[in-house]
Amino acid sequence: MSYLFHTDEDRREMLKSIGAESIDEIINDQVPEAVRMKRPLDLPPACNELALTAEMTRLAARNASADSHVCFLGGGAYDHFIPAAVDEIASRGEYYTSYTPYQAEVSQGNLQVMFEYETLVTQLTGLGVSNASLYDGGSAATEAVLMALSMQRGRNKVITTDVVHPQYRDILVAYLKNIDAELVVVPSDENGHSKPMIDAIDDQTACVLIQHPNFVGQLESVSEIAAAAKEAGALTIQVFDPVSLGRLKRPGDMGVDIAIAEGQSLGNPLAYGGPYLGIMACREELVRRLPGRIAGQTTDRRGKRCWVLTLQTREQHIRREKATSNICSNQTLLALRATVHLSLLGPEGLKETADHCIAKTAYAKEVIAKSDRFEVVGEGPSLKEFVVRDLGADVDGLLAHARDNGLLAGIDMTPMCVGGSEGSETEVALPSRYEQCFLVAVTEKRSRVEIDRWAKVLCEAPSMATV
Amino acid sequence: MRNQQSTQLLFELSRAGRRAHRLGDLGVPSVNVDELFADEALAETPPPLPELAEGDVVRHFVGLSTLNMSVDTHFYPLGSCTMKYNPKRNERIASLPGFLNVHPLQHESGLQGLLELLYELQGMFAEISGLPGVSMQPAAGAHGELAALLVAAAYFRDQGSDRSVVLTADSAHGTNPASAQMAGFKTKTVKSNANGLVDLEDLKAKLDDKTAVFMLTNPNTLGLFDSQIEEINQLVHDAGALIYLDGANMNAILGITRPGDFGADLMHYNPHKTFSGPHGGGGPGAGPICVRDFLAKYLPGPVVTRVENEGASGDDDRYTYHLTSPSVDSIGRVRSFFGNTGVLVRAYIYLRTYGGDGLRHVSEDAVLGANYLLSKVKHFLDVPHGDRCMHEFVASATRLKKEKKLSAMDIAKRILDYGFHAPTVYFPLVVDEAVMVEPTETESKQTLDAFVEALFRITEEGEELIHDAPHSTRISRPDDVTAARRPILKWTDAAGESAT
Amino acid sequence: MARDPSTLRYAETHEWVDVQEEGGDKFATIGISAFAVEQLNDLVYMDLPEVGRTLEVGEEFGEVESVKAVSPLYSPVAGEVVAVHTDLPDNLDNLNDDAFDFGWILKVKLSADLPDSLMDYAAYQKQCSEAG
Repeated sequence: MSYLFHTDEDRREMLKSIGAESIDEIINDQVPEAVRMKRPLDLPPACNELALTAEMTRLAARNASADSHVCFLGGGAYDHFIPAAVDEIASRGEYYTSYTPYQAEVSQGNLQVMFEYETLVTQLTGLGVSNASLYDGGSAATEAVLMALSMQRGRNKVITTDVVHPQYRDILVAYLKNIDAELVVVPSDENGHSKPMIDAIDDQTACVLIQHPNFVGQLESVSEIAAAAKEAGALTIQVFDPVSLGRLKRPGDMGVDIAIAEGQSLGNPLAYGGPYLGIMACREELVRRLPGRIAGQTTDRRGKRCWVLTLQTREQHIRREKATSNICSNQTLLALRATVHLSLLGPEGLKETADHCIAKTAYAKEVIAKSDRFEVVGEGPSLKEFVVRDLGADVDGLLAHARDNGLLAGIDMTPMCVGGSEGSETEVALPSRYEQCFLVAVTEKRSRVEIDRWAKVLCEAPSMATV
Repeated sequence: MRNQQSTQLLFELSRAGRRAHRLGDLGVPSVNVDELFADEALAETPPPLPELAEGDVVRHFVGLSTLNMSVDTHFYPLGSCTMKYNPKRNERIASLPGFLNVHPLQHESGLQGLLELLYELQGMFAEISGLPGVSMQPAAGAHGELAALLVAAAYFRDQGSDRSVVLTADSAHGTNPASAQMAGFKTKTVKSNANGLVDLEDLKAKLDDKTAVFMLTNPNTLGLFDSQIEEINQLVHDAGALIYLDGANMNAILGITRPGDFGADLMHYNPHKTFSGPHGGGGPGAGPICVRDFLAKYLPGPVVTRVENEGASGDDDRYTYHLTSPSVDSIGRVRSFFGNTGVLVRAYIYLRTYGGDGLRHVSEDAVLGANYLLSKVKHFLDVPHGDRCMHEFVASATRLKKEKKLSAMDIAKRILDYGFHAPTVYFPLVVDEAVMVEPTETESKQTLDAFVEALFRITEEGEELIHDAPHSTRISRPDDVTAARRPILKWTDAAGESAT
Repeated sequence: MARDPSTLRYAETHEWVDVQEEGGDKFATIGISAFAVEQLNDLVYMDLPEVGRTLEVGEEFGEVESVKAVSPLYSPVAGEVVAVHTDLPDNLDNLNDDAFDFGWILKVKLSADLPDSLMDYAAYQKQCSEAG
């Protein structure tokens, strides 16, 4: 049956060696009668590969995707190009069917990849040390906050703003609920900048959490905010976009203490939200509080350079309730993809990717602004993401019209705003100025033809105001 | 003949000016980035990443892959990790564009196929666990523990209760106390008795009106189903506390018994173990959680719901699927977006492949394989906790260590030379010199026999041969002490200057 | 002058204490015993407190780590930390050979008498032989 091996004869011989009449006898010896299942599991019947493949192919075809549609969606996950070599390498069974390198001697491939990944992240961020990855960007932001709180005894305030990813803040609220910490979400200014948070920093502040570029695509005054935090003895945590670093200053060069990112943009498919990887780097002196696995270099008995998991006393399997985090895995396969991706891009490829995003985003802003119906919200340049207001006040209908025309044209921000269906709590909501707005992301994959069609479809959409 | 260059680092292979990936013409008007952005925002140069040709990159990573043992290449009896075969159909189906290239913030009207799959999967998880409330948000088993404990905390807060202590077993995974701590609880440890089961006297002594949750692994990390389960259930619930089941060992009990039927109120699955998701070199996994109905409103969201359509014409439009928050009392999110969808899709394909009866066979063969190995191994290696087990067992090298200076670590290292991955060693902590073996159901009797033969030969080998093992791997035993004493956590160039 | 282990007092948690009087005040030098160092096996890291910190008897003041274990360090005395052996964390190898001289960790200005629970050398030896 499916992936099982034993023939009836195998089973007989094995039972004989065990000295049992049947498998049931072995199980019934241990599992009390009262808790045993008396009926079969009520699941769909077994299905062979041919039938299942056909059925799943039909099911998959019922989903719109970045293949069937042209994708202008962002909000923390992006339709960037993935070179074929990334898929080819990551589909090797030696990578994806191995596990945590508990036996370093037969895991040097994974360990070296982890070490290379960590080095690439330090190069990318300008910070001294990186772990081998966490679950995703959102939970990594919260892990960074917990790390800061644990280092800042006697300080329990966490300051962030309403233009940091709403879902990231949602996670923070859930994690902080039962521990001694106060979350302060400072309103951004009318341009969607977080500078007003500076006034909220005080001697009780453990850390500030900012996103740059932020959720609405605006650039933040990172150096200024980090300097103010440092002055007050607080740590600065920045959520960054890896692709932006082809052009923007690195977190470590702006006074940031802990930098985290969603690593999906580096060679990982959209996959409806996961699996992704959380990138996390920090200043070298904070390494003892860094959560997650870390690979390090050493030598073997013959003096040969090799790699091991190290600084493991930080982790749960040794320190148990005193560990830096409960995390006991890392996203090695996704980190491998990011490592291969960055190796293929190199410094110039990363810069070129950022330049394409910038130019195409600027072009998209320009063409959409020509319409009377739309207004680009927020001043200043964009890396790859910006906000458009629908003066026709029908974002929902507008985006439905675009979907019918083969476009995933943007993300409706209305439900995320204060009082909206996703953002009823102010701690996790966007400011009300983004009602009837949508968030647009333009990656290097978008062509002029696609952008023109996007603008045309949106501009020709029926509007409630005009109908 | 091994390619020696493959173990050079990317950074050592780098040559200025090499490049694999190019985009070419913009196709839109170019912009002057230096003018568009303020100076304070821009880097002077891009990050100092290595510069490589595509051929460099492919040969490097393919070369490195050959230094790993994996399920596809070797028997991998790593106890507690359920290293079963990772079906290839899972990979191909999960890579269909309609699953793989779906954006997490797409409108649900274009997600009906995927949401149907996820809805069905929620139902399957509920059926297998006997616990009706399901959230598939958590990204890993430990993440599921944390999410479920946050659910428990929300429940007790709603009850106006000040229960603040989580009890964990001394044989439990380290994640249990670490998760409890992160969820804001204090922890106390409950001892194991001489049989490796929960010490009921110690449990009684530690249960009181401050106890919120007892975290139980059953079958436990010794591979034993706790036959006192009914009494444990009674004791914990009489004390007003909840039972959390660490689902790490679900592979032993699929269709045989259900956590919800033996008293668990909350649990997590490890689909990357039980439901064949590949382990990915350490991740990704997923950690869906199941809870009793009275706890379901606190679950993290979103979850999938469905509404029956009126006047539907065929199967494809009978229902409309929605993403919703479990309730206004939900703890919120524990990660961004829906969850580790890719891992969940693989679990769904696996469950559909076996069906209900097939799943029971999975557990039966997992139990059979482990007991067969145990019946052979016990003749030359002590197995302190009995003659029978569920899906794994824990042997001890204590006697061999005294008699022949042969430790669990030595056995683990030497078995690599025989072409097998090592069992888990030094866990659980309640067994000295622990050697924890989990064969899984996807190994043949021939493989198990060969493994036993190798283990036996090792116990007969000379001390020196074993202490220097492994002999056949690219490296010998690494120096962990220096690695931790003087950590080198990134490559630095020959001048000793970090590129950062 | 080498410290003589047999003249020191010991805590159950393996810290040794050497008390001297200087200018009317009592100072305790504190370290961990050779037995403890051997048990911990290949120390890799030590976390020390700041000078000026006030310690209670039994308070955790730092940690030592081997590759796969962490052990908290507990103060055997009450008082204020007046000196910390900052060279020690970088030279943990030396602790193996010299736990009682080079291996000193802290100097504390005592704010109270030594607790009665501290053992003399013979009693501590007995504890170690029973544990080993």
